[in-house]
Amino acid sequence: MQFSEQWLRQYTNPSIDTDALSHLLTMAGLEVEELAGVGADFNKVVIAEIISADKHPDADRLQVLKVNVGAAEPLQVVCGASNARVGLKAPCALVGAVLPGFEIKQAKVRGVESFGMMCSETEIGLAAESAGLLELPANATVGQDIREYLGLNDKLFTLKLTPNRSDCLSIVGIAREVAALTGATLDLPKFDALSAQHQDVKKVSVADGEACARYCGRLVKGVNATAQAPEWMVRRLDRSGLRSISAVVDITNYVLLELGQPMHAFDAAKLQGDINVRWASQGETITLLNEQEVKLDKDMLVIADNSGAIAFAGVMGGQSTAVSDTSTDIFLESAFFTPDTIAGKGRRFGISTDSSYRFERGVDYGNTLQALERATALVLEICGGQAGAVTEVNGVLPKRVPTQLRMAKLNSILGITLDESLVAKLFDQLGFTYTQKAGVFEVSPPSYRFDISREEDLIEEIARLHGYDNIPAIAPIADLRMLPDAEGLVTRAVLQDVLVANGYQEVVNYSFVDESWETELLGNAKPIKLKNPIASNMSVMRSGLWGGLLDTLVYNLNRQQDRVRIFEMGASYAEAKEGFQETMRISGLAYGDVIPEQWGEAARSIDFYDVKADVDALTGGRAEYVAAQHPALHPGQTAQIIVRGRSIGWIGKLHPKWQQHYQLPKGAVLFEMDLSPLQQRSIPKYSEVAKFPPVRRDIAVVVDEAVSVDALIKTMKKAKVQFVTDIALFDVYRGKGIAEEKKSLAFYVLMQDTQKSLTDAEVDSVMASLLELIKNQHGAELR
Amino acid sequence: MQNAHSLEHLIPEAEAEFAACANVNDLENAKARYLGKSGALTEALKGLGKLSNEERPAAGAAINVVKQAVEAALKARRDAILMAEQNLQLASETLDVTLPARGQQAGGLHPVSLTLARIEKLFHSIGFDVAEGPEIESDFYNFTALNIPENHPARAMHDTFYVDTADGKLDHVLRTHTSPVQVHYMQNAMKDKSGPPLKIIAPGRVYRVDSDATHSPMFHQVEGLWVDEDVSFANLKGVVQDFLQRFFERDDLQVRFRPSFFPFTEPSAEMDMSWNGGWLEIGGCGMVHPEVFKHVGIDAEKYRGFAFGLGVERLTMLRYGVNDLRHFFNNDLRFLQQFGR
Repeated sequence: MQFSEQWLRQYTNPSIDTDALSHLLTMAGLEVEELAGVGADFNKVVIAEIISADKHPDADRLQVLKVNVGAAEPLQVVCGASNARVGLKAPCALVGAVLPGFEIKQAKVRGVESFGMMCSETEIGLAAESAGLLELPANATVGQDIREYLGLNDKLFTLKLTPNRSDCLSIVGIAREVAALTGATLDLPKFDALSAQHQDVKKVSVADGEACARYCGRLVKGVNATAQAPEWMVRRLDRSGLRSISAVVDITNYVLLELGQPMHAFDAAKLQGDINVRWASQGETITLLNEQEVKLDKDMLVIADNSGAIAFAGVMGGQSTAVSDTSTDIFLESAFFTPDTIAGKGRRFGISTDSSYRFERGVDYGNTLQALERATALVLEICGGQAGAVTEVNGVLPKRVPTQLRMAKLNSILGITLDESLVAKLFDQLGFTYTQKAGVFEVSPPSYRFDISREEDLIEEIARLHGYDNIPAIAPIADLRMLPDAEGLVTRAVLQDVLVANGYQEVVNYSFVDESWETELLGNAKPIKLKNPIASNMSVMRSGLWGGLLDTLVYNLNRQQDRVRIFEMGASYAEAKEGFQETMRISGLAYGDVIPEQWGEAARSIDFYDVKADVDALTGGRAEYVAAQHPALHPGQTAQIIVRGRSIGWIGKLHPKWQQHYQLPKGAVLFEMDLSPLQQRSIPKYSEVAKFPPVRRDIAVVVDEAVSVDALIKTMKKAKVQFVTDIALFDVYRGKGIAEEKKSLAFYVLMQDTQKSLTDAEVDSVMASLLELIKNQHGAELR
Repeated sequence: MQNAHSLEHLIPEAEAEFAACANVNDLENAKARYLGKSGALTEALKGLGKLSNEERPAAGAAINVVKQAVEAALKARRDAILMAEQNLQLASETLDVTLPARGQQAGGLHPVSLTLARIEKLFHSIGFDVAEGPEIESDFYNFTALNIPENHPARAMHDTFYVDTADGKLDHVLRTHTSPVQVHYMQNAMKDKSGPPLKIIAPGRVYRVDSDATHSPMFHQVEGLWVDEDVSFANLKGVVQDFLQRFFERDDLQVRFRPSFFPFTEPSAEMDMSWNGGWLEIGGCGMVHPEVFKHVGIDAEKYRGFAFGLGVERLTMLRYGVNDLRHFFNNDLRFLQQFGR
């Protein structure tokens, strides 16, 4: 809502300056989004009348003018404008004036003294281009400051109104609010009922009195539709951001701005029969004023005549009955449509108008007739004509049920103690009527307030008028209890820190991704799509995080980074039986050298096992790895990550075809896991520490390439051979001395007895049984 | 038998011989000649047995004097050699300690994570739990349960992303705010009777159909909710002001509440904070609307609640002086690494 301060002050004029007014509105919940001057800054420009105009002795295009600026003596001004002529009134910048971009000094122009400058609109910042001097009407007062004359000292307020404050979508509404906030006098215009000047009336019927609760209409005959809207009206419209269109349209717009009542004017000659306000039939069509043809739904209200729908009620008029330059008789409409009737209807066609915007939030139904009188008076004044009688149809108007406000509740919600008398005074200022009994108010809100129907609404009003600033900030008092803290829960912060310590930088990627990342990279045939994505490459919800990581990798490689380690923690999305399922994931990518280039270590590119160490760090070493296949990953370097027997994610090298697709000079290794299994750790439990040192024995065996290390260790561990406390691999060897398709694996075995030292015989027996196990089950041969 | 007196010459001899030794090995050989099994002094001591009882004490004492002197000379020389050897070793092992460290270099957290962690920590310090909810949210939780019925003009303020479902119904959205988490949390608390009272913050991603220099289609919010029998609007101001002062580590930071409108709170307010001589909008807040309490089955006569929502990117930008929202989602490492720890 944009408006002129001068217009507002015509209705209420508190003795505070513009900035204070702006602050007042903002602090009352009518946020001033913008406060701007009108036109450019300039000074010392007055209205001048040209008394004489003589040719410049030395320049063909210049004239030497004598102009009256209201001073004792006329000024001599050299002027190059072709429309400068005797008798013309135009602005004149005096010596010392500061105009946009330059200053006026006394000067000689081609040898002739000039004591000022006659101005066009361009020079005083009113227009980007202009053809000559700004021609002012003959009745303009010589010597008057042009800023004052043109109302340029006005300020433009732009309010960002919340949807509950429809009552402030008009100058009168804002004036009412300002008066309530400041206690200043409110001087609202009153409009007398006009008596009928002709006998013709339009019959109006309303099919649903709950949807259209009040309808007022009037025929005005013999108007001059080509009349010019007056300067003051055009200026006010302009300062509210509305363009002048034609006198009749300007008048309806003016009343909309002034009183907040949307109006419509039909060309009465084009109306066929009576007016009927009814629900549209399903699929009924209408061509609207903006030339858009729409197919209406049956929950949309229309104004109709015998020809069908002629207006989309509360939203926009129809083209078939639009007022044009040739119209002579018009039918003026001022109605009240209930918010529910209008809400969301225009939006189905992408239409939001000043009218629908107000109706869906609530228009003052106590003002319907007044607005019609106001509009009629303006039509008669500007376009002439004769007004007929008003046709008024009343349906079921909204009820303003008295609402209770208990002082105790008020004070307990706000956390302060307000006096009952103060509350009464604030209600008075708001113009709310009420009764008062033993700490309880019964309040009846006025017809222009659609946001007061419960106690909390009243509490908010009182808080607002009392001033939020006057409510202190008080620390709450509550029982002191410690929060539960599960020791077995590894926080996300700890997991993040594990990766950070291992050189990973956290990134945040969008949750919506390119569809191909889902279908091709992750093999998700049916991704969750958005109905209204912001861009085609952000059209589906991700089921995994790698697409974003690869995108980030490429972005940074293009910026001369050659070593990238990144991770993201975020949700992945999937369809579930009912609705959708989201799983928090942790996902990483490593590319380039294992460690940053440095003096003390040779450079080496990252590989599967490097990243596996990072995954182990995240899982606390509890993960098992099973070779598997994934569309994004190298078929020979991919594993599923298993924790507690359940697959929780993947690790692997990016498939060479994707490496090529992304034009990566080197291979990347990726991992991704569900977060929650990583967050569960068991609480440490003490077991006895043996008094004797463990015995270590090593064993090296040769097995087929296909035998996995994991399988061998599992076999040995699962047998639970007595005294064995740990078995681990410490070397893998292929090459000289070992046959093709075979590998040599070296393990160490730790043995321990809690009660005594082990004898050599016992140790030998353990080693023999272990060897026997893997010999039988995996074909291992002692090397 | 040698006279004890005649042994004194051994002292300068030994000293000279020890001094000539360049290392501990040579020194050990030299030592053997005096103190070894058949060394001169050992032999002398063996000879004591042949002396009479009267002669023996004096002779023994005399030998011991010489022996001690030789041992002292030996120790002094050994210490000197060891010291010299150690000095040599230390000199050879001297490093340029300014050479860079070896190995991995730490990464860092995203600045939004840093802010979220700070927020969680500060609220945790006064007993707030962290709650989460889905990002693909039903229309009911995102709007209806928050007192935003269908066709309500407040929905138009939200620029909602809708999920394209098989049945064509637009009943799922990407949540436009973190407020639905309130509803889930209160419902669950009522179900398992764990509250009220309840105190949570709910951080997370939210989505709006809006993308320009100052808007991202995805951003982060933190929702806060405190429900108890006697929390008030004044307390809401107290908690928010306390948080902002602690977050920015500025005791003089001012918080301003402006009346506003959110269908799920009443009274509602926009929160502004003082910054560089002006005011900056930092989020919205208010007292929980009775309609919301009704949806989750909390008695609005008995309980009061306040809720607030903060923009995490905004806080991050102010805290670290970041001047462009788009940095947060471009993931340029040169930007992100500025926040490493």
